[in-house]
Formats: sequence, structure tokens, C-alpha cells
Amino acid sequence: METLSMAALPILIAVILSYGFIKGIDVFDIFLDGAKEGLQNTIRILPTLIGLMMAVTMLRESGLLEAFAMAVKPFSERMGISADLIPLALLRPVSGSGSSAYTISLLNQFGADSETGKIASVMSAATETTFYAIAVYFGATHYKKLYYTVPVALLGDLATFIFAVFTVKFL
Amino acid sequence: MLNYVWFFMILASVFYAVFSGNIEALSVAVMDGASKAVELSIFLLGSMCAWLGFLKIAEKSGLTLLIAKVLSPIINRLFPEYRDNYEIKGKICMNLSANLLGIGNAATPLGLAAMTAMQAENRTNRPTKGMMLFVIINTASLQILPINMAAIRSSAGSAAPFSVLPHIWITSLSALLICITAAKMCERSSLWKH
Repeated sequence: METLSMAALPILIAVILSYGFIKGIDVFDIFLDGAKEGLQNTIRILPTLIGLMMAVTMLRESGLLEAFAMAVKPFSERMGISADLIPLALLRPVSGSGSSAYTISLLNQFGADSETGKIASVMSAATETTFYAIAVYFGATHYKKLYYTVPVALLGDLATFIFAVFTVKFL
Repeated sequence: MLNYVWFFMILASVFYAVFSGNIEALSVAVMDGASKAVELSIFLLGSMCAWLGFLKIAEKSGLTLLIAKVLSPIINRLFPEYRDNYEIKGKICMNLSANLLGIGNAATPLGLAAMTAMQAENRTNRPTKGMMLFVIINTASLQILPINMAAIRSSAGSAAPFSVLPHIWITSLSALLICITAAKMCERSSLWKH
């Protein structure tokens, strides 16, 4: 399984290049044409990334998430969900690296094969970092209103949390 | 929307840090976050250029057109407004394929290329239904081979790092279907009127 996924990237590149070569395309020249656009794209999303990552790091370092998790602890424990998972649920849509780090700490604390460890693994792996994706993709555009994009994306994160708990507990 | 989210994230952090006496860590965090963004974009620059280069080859050779034609039944249903635009459909397909294969480094550049193409076609000053659905699908992101998670689990001493794979598939697919359904309902509701 691991080799399969590791192989996906080089094989995909080989397929793209071979197909182009067979079709008689100057593969390197065309590659350079495309690669030039990468520079502008990266520069265009840099301000968005700076703004977002600054806010995320501030949120994480302020200790607000932990405080919130403590506040909802009685509620979550009555529902049979470990309170230690709440900061992860809050962090997951906001910060990919932050939620990875938090997941690692949960795995080390409770054990990777414990119920909490498994739920944390599923929550981390089953979704993408919502605000990062929204900021990066819409950061390259100029739209002021995003209408239902954010609520629907967050609904997906809520669903991920619920299904992660549900599947690990009952499967 | 992001205006509000961003504002409240920062304001709440500052208020809580002052209240809990954590203000020193916060002032470090401001600059730390900003410089991490620059580090990330330097890292991203390499894969961005490389993948836009490969994308150009795939487009010139007709490979993306081929993939777009094969996936048309699904893509047409999700993105009816781009039914006849094979350039945009091709880019969307490349991004979705990279997501499915778990090549996150490729998915972002390819997704940006798709967004830029959709924006170029858009004559209004609001995002199209297709753009919003496309970003929503990317935030949910169906994961088939979550290798990073398996690596994290085995380094944390898991006896069976891949044991959560079915749970991840069910969770990931369910969340994706919920997102698509909700987005399609929003498209028809008063939240979105052309």
C-alpha cells in the first residue's frame, strides 16, 4: 500500500511525459512555459497565506482552544467523546500543521491503537484544512463575497468529526 | 465571510491572551506565523512551477482532454455550467485526480490553475457556482491512501497503522457527499440568486 502511493507521483509524471513525447510535443519547452506561471501564482497567494497563518498561529498560541475544550468537557463526556478530541476538532479546519502536531501528541498520550487515538487519526486524515484551501483558492481571485462556501465547508468538517467518532466506536 | 472569520480569530486571540496572561507568547506568534507563510510559499513555489509545467504538457498533448472526456458523466453533473468547456473540465479533473491519488503537493497548483481558468471565463463580480463547489470539494478532499497518517501512526507505536483505513474512507466519503448535497441545495435556494 505504501509503495503504491509512493509510486503514484513518479508514474503519473512518466505517463504525462510519455504521452506528450509520443504526440510529438517539445516536452521541455512546454514544461518551461507552464512553470513560468507558477512563479506568478505563488506570489499572488503569498499575502493571503501570510494573513491566514498569522491569525492561525495567534489563535493557537493564545490558549483559547484549550480553554474552550475545558469549557465543553462535561458536555462532551456525557456524550462519550473524550474532551481531548475537542481542540483537534476546532483546530482541524484551521491549521493542517497544528492539527497534525496535536494528533501526534494524542497518539503518544493515549496510544495509537486506543479509541481516542483512532478517532484522532481518522479526523486528521479524512479531510483537508478548510480555511487553508478556501484562502488559497479564492486568494488568487478578487471576489468579495463567497456566499455559502464557508458554511458548507464547515458542515463537512462537522460531518467528519461525527463520522470519525461514530465509525471508530461502532465498526 | 473571510473578513469576519479573520477579524474574530485575531481579536479573540488577543483578548484571551491578555485575559490569561499569555500575551508574550502571542507577540512571538504574530511574526512566527507571518514568516511561516513565507517558508511555506517557498516550499510551494517548487511544486507549483513543476506541476504547472506538467499540466501544460498534459494539455498540449490532449491528455487532459482525454481524462475530461472519460470523467465527463460525473463532471457534467457536478459542474453543469462548464459542460462544453473542456479546458476547465480538464483542469478540474487533474486536480481531482491528484487529490484521489493523495498527491497534495500537486493538487494545490492544479486546483489554482482550475480556479484561474474559471475566473477568466466569469463575466460577473461574484464567484460562480462551479468555483464554490470546486473549492468545497477540495476542502472535504476524498482520501484514498492517507500515507502520512499511517506513517504518523506507526511512528507512535501502532501495531496496525492501516487499521483505520475503512473508517477514513467511510468518514471522508460521507463528508464529501454531505458537502456536495448541501452545496447543490444552496445553489437552488435563495442564498444564491443570479
